[in-house]
Amino acid sequence: MIRVELPAHLRTLAHVEGDVQLEVQGQVTQRSVLDALEARYPMLRGTIRDHVTQERRPFLRFFACQEDLSHEPPDAPLPEPVASGAEPFMIIGAIAGG
Amino acid sequence: MSGVRVLVGTRKGAFILSSDGKREKWDVSGPHFAGWEIYHMKGSPADPNRLYASQTSGWFGQILQRSSDGGKTWETPGGEKMPAPGEMPSGASNKFVYDTSAATGKPLTTHQWYDGTQHPWEFKRVWHLEPSFNDPDTVYAGVEDAAMFRTTDGAKSWHELSGLRGHGTGPKWQPGAGGMCLHTIVLDPSNPQRIFIAISAAGTFRTDDGGKTWKPINQGLRSQYIPDPKAEVGHCVHRIAMHRSRPGVLFMQKHWDVMRSDNAGDLWREVSGNLPTDFGFVIDVHAHEPETIYVVPIKSDSEHFPPEGKLRVYRSKIGGNEWEALTKGLPQSNCYVNVLRDAMAVDSLDKCGVYFGTTGGQVYASADAGDSWAPIVRDLPAVLSVEVQTLA
Repeated sequence: MIRVELPAHLRTLAHVEGDVQLEVQGQVTQRSVLDALEARYPMLRGTIRDHVTQERRPFLRFFACQEDLSHEPPDAPLPEPVASGAEPFMIIGAIAGG
Repeated sequence: MSGVRVLVGTRKGAFILSSDGKREKWDVSGPHFAGWEIYHMKGSPADPNRLYASQTSGWFGQILQRSSDGGKTWETPGGEKMPAPGEMPSGASNKFVYDTSAATGKPLTTHQWYDGTQHPWEFKRVWHLEPSFNDPDTVYAGVEDAAMFRTTDGAKSWHELSGLRGHGTGPKWQPGAGGMCLHTIVLDPSNPQRIFIAISAAGTFRTDDGGKTWKPINQGLRSQYIPDPKAEVGHCVHRIAMHRSRPGVLFMQKHWDVMRSDNAGDLWREVSGNLPTDFGFVIDVHAHEPETIYVVPIKSDSEHFPPEGKLRVYRSKIGGNEWEALTKGLPQSNCYVNVLRDAMAVDSLDKCGVYFGTTGGQVYASADAGDSWAPIVRDLPAVLSVEVQTLA
């Protein structure tokens, strides 16, 4: 089970509290995790990745295991502790604005 | 008993203000979608319990919300269904994808950037939602970068009416300070094929065939920064308004100048008259008197607050040129708020109610057509939009 930590506004939008737990088929990558997340919570489509380009929205970053994974290729395997569910895949909103 | 529901969009959420027909005591619900910008919220004339809201964020982009119970509960259309394993989710209520050229598959057109170079269209947000008169599932959306979209399935999916961008003047459109936004949509109640829209800074456009083809209707507008007095596009129109009983008469608050047209926009003439300044954003028409119109003069394009720190609504009862200041109940000293283009509305009770919201978070109401005013709320986040529903 993969754990995903969402920013507060997206938790509200998806009607969830705390970490989201997802089953991911095949290799655990940014793309497969986000595909599973959007399939489970369709209202999140377009909020993390652009609908058309599938690129990460500019004010969001991806972290896991104390590493910034934002610029890793979307199909690169995520760290093993994320794949095993020991550590969450964190989607973080920029600390900016009011 | 009759009542009113005032739908208020703010920088940090939505609020719904409700009252009976006396409009003296108000219930306030909200914030809905706390922390998000609510550019616009509007109810369906065909089903007053059906509301739509444009929820946006610099972080997370565009969300469309829909209520079927007058704003008590909300849903993201298409996002409510849990897909079966292997099935793709159907939620696309926030998906606004511009059409491309059918011939080349490339972007339909480009627009002028601030520096005069050409720039591709990039979707940013929905500024305005205009539900159809007779179908609660049909809604028009005005977006930034400027384009018109329509849904016919209750906001589950949106499709561009791309004849607007494709008619040829697109490369001359340019963003105003607030972005290049399609902010006003006026449907003609007597002719479902006719729609008026306004874009900053391109001007006003009209379709007479339900959105397939569009023409600029900006003759008579004069803009200081456009040397050509017959310029087809480029005008910074802030808002247009129409009375239901006279769909050929339009009123406009331009960047500078208050204008009117008596031939559905084919020609405009200035009616600023004795206003203390003719800069402003809002303009609206009395519900029962088609020649009674309201504006809120703002000092200038570089000082977005009322002249002399006095918040005054100006009313003309003869369709412009002669204006009276309405001040009773409004602050007449040290007031430096703005009233944004979608932040004024009227109800259809007798007497007509008039409402507007400020960037200081006040929503003012008049239950006597503007003669006197009182704040419904004083301390909301900056108000972006105000709409009113008159309930039976």
